[in-house]
Amino acid sequence: MSEKRILMSGNEAIAEGAIRAGCAFYAGYPITPQNELIAYMAKNMPKAGRVFIQAESELAAINMVYGASAAGFRAMTSSSSPGISLKQEGISYISGAQLPAIIVNIMRGGPGLGNIAPAQSDYFQATRGGGHGDYRLIVLAPASVQEAYDLTREGFALADKYRIAVMILGDGVLGQMMEPVTLAGKNAGKPLPKRWALTGCKDRKPNVVKSFFMAEGGLEKANLDLQKKYKIIEKKEKRYEGLFLKDAELILVAYGTTARIAKNALFRLRGKGRKVGLIRPISLWPFPADAFRMPGRKARYLTVEMSYGQMVEDVKLSSGCAEVDFLGRSGGGIPGEEEIVNKVNRMMI
Amino acid sequence: MIERVIIAGSGGQGVMLLGKVLAEAAMRQGWQVSWFPAYGPEVRGGTSYCMVVISDRQIGSPYIDNADTVIVLNNPSLEKFKGKVGNKGMLIANSSLAGNFTASGVKLLSFPFTDIAMKIGNIKVTNMVVLGCYLAAKKIVDRGNVLKVFDAMAPSGKKEILAANRMALQEGERLVNG
Repeated sequence: MSEKRILMSGNEAIAEGAIRAGCAFYAGYPITPQNELIAYMAKNMPKAGRVFIQAESELAAINMVYGASAAGFRAMTSSSSPGISLKQEGISYISGAQLPAIIVNIMRGGPGLGNIAPAQSDYFQATRGGGHGDYRLIVLAPASVQEAYDLTREGFALADKYRIAVMILGDGVLGQMMEPVTLAGKNAGKPLPKRWALTGCKDRKPNVVKSFFMAEGGLEKANLDLQKKYKIIEKKEKRYEGLFLKDAELILVAYGTTARIAKNALFRLRGKGRKVGLIRPISLWPFPADAFRMPGRKARYLTVEMSYGQMVEDVKLSSGCAEVDFLGRSGGGIPGEEEIVNKVNRMMI
Repeated sequence: MIERVIIAGSGGQGVMLLGKVLAEAAMRQGWQVSWFPAYGPEVRGGTSYCMVVISDRQIGSPYIDNADTVIVLNNPSLEKFKGKVGNKGMLIANSSLAGNFTASGVKLLSFPFTDIAMKIGNIKVTNMVVLGCYLAAKKIVDRGNVLKVFDAMAPSGKKEILAANRMALQEGERLVNG
């Protein structure tokens, strides 16, 4: 008999995943469509003997995470698009100080206050670094509630391993939808010993955690250290799911909720004999460029997004194709299976 | 097999719970399921809805454009969602609160669910009368699994709530089975 399945929303699964990964500190501020996440943390973090704080603002929440992480604790915050914009200063500081942290963005419509409908239009912000400076986040994009749970746990391990902030990037559908989940395993690896953490320096040399380097050459050296780390991550931490790539003449590229819809379209098209494949990036940074560089492949690419084509750039850069087709909606619309099938049929005439 | 169900009504009629019980019972039966709620301002008074997909395969979109079954518990919901019933689909309407509807290629089941629930003695179990009707009409999810969900969900020490829900389910099934 397999593990017991329980019905949970994406928001709840991320929260439960974090608690089981040993998240010791959570601070957040409510915003739709990720409210079930903060509500779950409010209820269950104290029960587990951990710290939950509803902060006075998004800015306060991310800086509390900064502090908790500097003190050596596994820490997380969550929000949705406009709230994530508010957190960018703190995210940049955390990145500069090389601190592990989990930041969850359950995307809604933008720009501005936008609306609460599902969206994927924070791709640029997440993958390019939404704050100032030369930094990167590991960005993981789950496509199911189970994967939201799994990637959150994995995210904590990656954050500790590389001393980097990891963003879990979902959309309103993923956050709100309930699906069966198996809560396997107990934790995401033991938190690594953090010799760099600020734990009180009696009988040892003080540790320094900062993103401020005024001495001549200091910042350049710190930035080169970051770049070195990012190179390693780019080499080792790319993740994707590929379907029917061997003989595909047209490859759909989609992540998160949109990938589920694309997958349905793919099976329908295959049923009609169309040689269609799918690449679903799971890590958006590092982008799974290898998936696009198979020797001898002569496929066209069609990216499907709930944005106006923010991922197209990465597909072009990875595949070397100057032309990449795009199908997307943003601001409340979800690309439909039918739309994808029709578009592919038109492309493959 | 894929069954896509839209369940709509006014806030307070229990459409979210109806969807959750259905999804959870289907999960217990071994199906893949997804449950997706309206999470906008409509959940605070206006038309509220949720979407349930039951399948023997991995589920693509939890969002439903073309439903196999649409359940409406009031008239605004009927107006909003009658166009979402796919060809050869089923529409289950609450005639206590929703008007008449006919469309070719749509199987219509219309019963006064609210009145039936009031006769049982608890208007709050309207949603479970509807669920009983749905179970009997579609025969995808077994009543036994629904009863297990009732047992798991009901607050302990409130046996009368459990009894009212069981009774409601049974009355709903009788509408179809006679």
